[in-house]
Amino acid sequence: MEQKSTIYSDEKLLKKLLEDKNITIEDALENEMVINMGPQHPATHGVLRLVLRLDGETVLSAVPELGYLHRGYEKMAEDMSYIEFIPHTDRLDYTGTMCNNVAYVLAVEKLLGIEAPKRAQYIRMMIAELSRLAAHMVAIGTYAMDVGAVTMVMWTFREREKIQEIFDRLAGARFTTSYTRIGGVASDADSITIKMVKDFLDQFHSALDEMDKLLLSNKIFIDRLEGIGVLSKEDAIALGITGPNLRASGIPYDVRRAKPYLFYNEIDFNIPTYKEGDCLARYWQRGDEVRESVKILYQILDKMPQGEILANEPKHTLAHKAEIYTKMEELIHDFMIINHGINPPVGDVFFSAENPKGELGFYIVSNGSGHPWKMKIRSPSFCNLQAVAQLCKGAMISDVVAIIGSLDPVMGEADK
Amino acid sequence: MPLKKLVTEKLKNNFNESILDVSDFRNDLSITVASNKILDIAKFLKEDPELEFVMCKDVTAIDWATRKNRFTVVYHVYSFKYNFTLRLKCNITDEPPKIDTVSLVWPSANWYERETYDMYGIVFINHPDLRRMYMPEGFQYHPLRKEFPVLGIPGSLPLPEKI
Repeated sequence: MEQKSTIYSDEKLLKKLLEDKNITIEDALENEMVINMGPQHPATHGVLRLVLRLDGETVLSAVPELGYLHRGYEKMAEDMSYIEFIPHTDRLDYTGTMCNNVAYVLAVEKLLGIEAPKRAQYIRMMIAELSRLAAHMVAIGTYAMDVGAVTMVMWTFREREKIQEIFDRLAGARFTTSYTRIGGVASDADSITIKMVKDFLDQFHSALDEMDKLLLSNKIFIDRLEGIGVLSKEDAIALGITGPNLRASGIPYDVRRAKPYLFYNEIDFNIPTYKEGDCLARYWQRGDEVRESVKILYQILDKMPQGEILANEPKHTLAHKAEIYTKMEELIHDFMIINHGINPPVGDVFFSAENPKGELGFYIVSNGSGHPWKMKIRSPSFCNLQAVAQLCKGAMISDVVAIIGSLDPVMGEADK
Repeated sequence: MPLKKLVTEKLKNNFNESILDVSDFRNDLSITVASNKILDIAKFLKEDPELEFVMCKDVTAIDWATRKNRFTVVYHVYSFKYNFTLRLKCNITDEPPKIDTVSLVWPSANWYERETYDMYGIVFINHPDLRRMYMPEGFQYHPLRKEFPVLGIPGSLPLPEKI
């Protein structure tokens, strides 16, 4: 007895343990159990914590707890200039970094009332779609891995690696790209980059078919997901779900079509939807969206115009370094922008873009100074996670993993 | 009738004295309403068959620091019917700040309001589960208020004790 008390330093716990020594199997079967899944659970895609109340293997209720990766980006944004915040957008949804870069600069450009040149917008569109492919590759791969098909993640990451090589050449970094600039992009896409994209796309189709074959003929995979975690149309809207998860429930809402930004109005693409709204539908949905993105990318490569990559707005856009070092005018503007900021007019804007996870929105309030007065990030993963509690209710404990995987949250974005 | 005019007119006809301001900056229609009427207006926007703002995209707040009515709560609601996002603003006059919850109208507002409560300390009356979203329970401050320093307050977050 003496020895035990050193192991259990908590008096109450020790007392309880001593009382509970007559536990029978019936006691265990009749009582509900509360278990803690995460924040360090490999299948929760980061540091998501779920508190589950179980009856046997059935989940009676699930409570998601967020905030383990909260870095306070909204607070930090208020203390830095608009340009300084671009690298921080990489850290939101870290699987599809370029999409965040693009959405953020578009929001600031909307606030400023300026527009990037057409070539810059086409490059942005290209990188956003490539990034969407990269993010969906992670989503599909890890999702399949969560439910037991481990080979898949190797295959999807092989494809993702090729996309990151393109980013490496374009932005100088594979992962934390920070490639867009207010009024344009950091560097032009040269012919080698374009060729890399083309080569990637040409071999990507057969890779996709291979992946489909791997899972389509897998009865375990299908049985595991069919009819699990069904999200109805009405619930999806009520819970504020966006992106592939909403479309898998049968609502053809895509910001690229609803409020075309960049030049998506010049591109011909479909919005795939599924009626079922279950985990399997959400898997197919991402596969279909990957194929649409490939279609969009081919069109972008065909239509990409020549020209400038940075808007001629000296008060709002930073000039290229080579010009700053050689020209007086550019040096003065550079000094003013770095020291005083780009000073957008007083007002507030909400801009949202279609990201791999859903609708990423930035609500920026400006008081006319170089720092945003307030910046709210409407992150899709955060909103999509609201569905977890409802979807898990009544599911088996092993389905919880599938449900989280199918919703595809990224905690960097959900926790901000 | 143009869409923006339709929304504004409908709201003005039904809640005339509660519509305080209408602005249209950068093509974003923004309507400021009285904070005590937000629940009625939310219900109206969602249920009126000519509007159908069925999805609440975002709820947040702005801390104006020095203004008399310090906090403004901002809602972004979306109508699939018209493919239109409307911004609603409420200047909170109560001190300590409080406002009716809209999570009973738009269930998605549940978490957004929890986040706003966590970050600004605005209490949402009748909210079903008003806990902190990101910061730990027992944290005493509201980080997005302007008086909270960016570097944080030393000692405000308890660290695990050494064993």
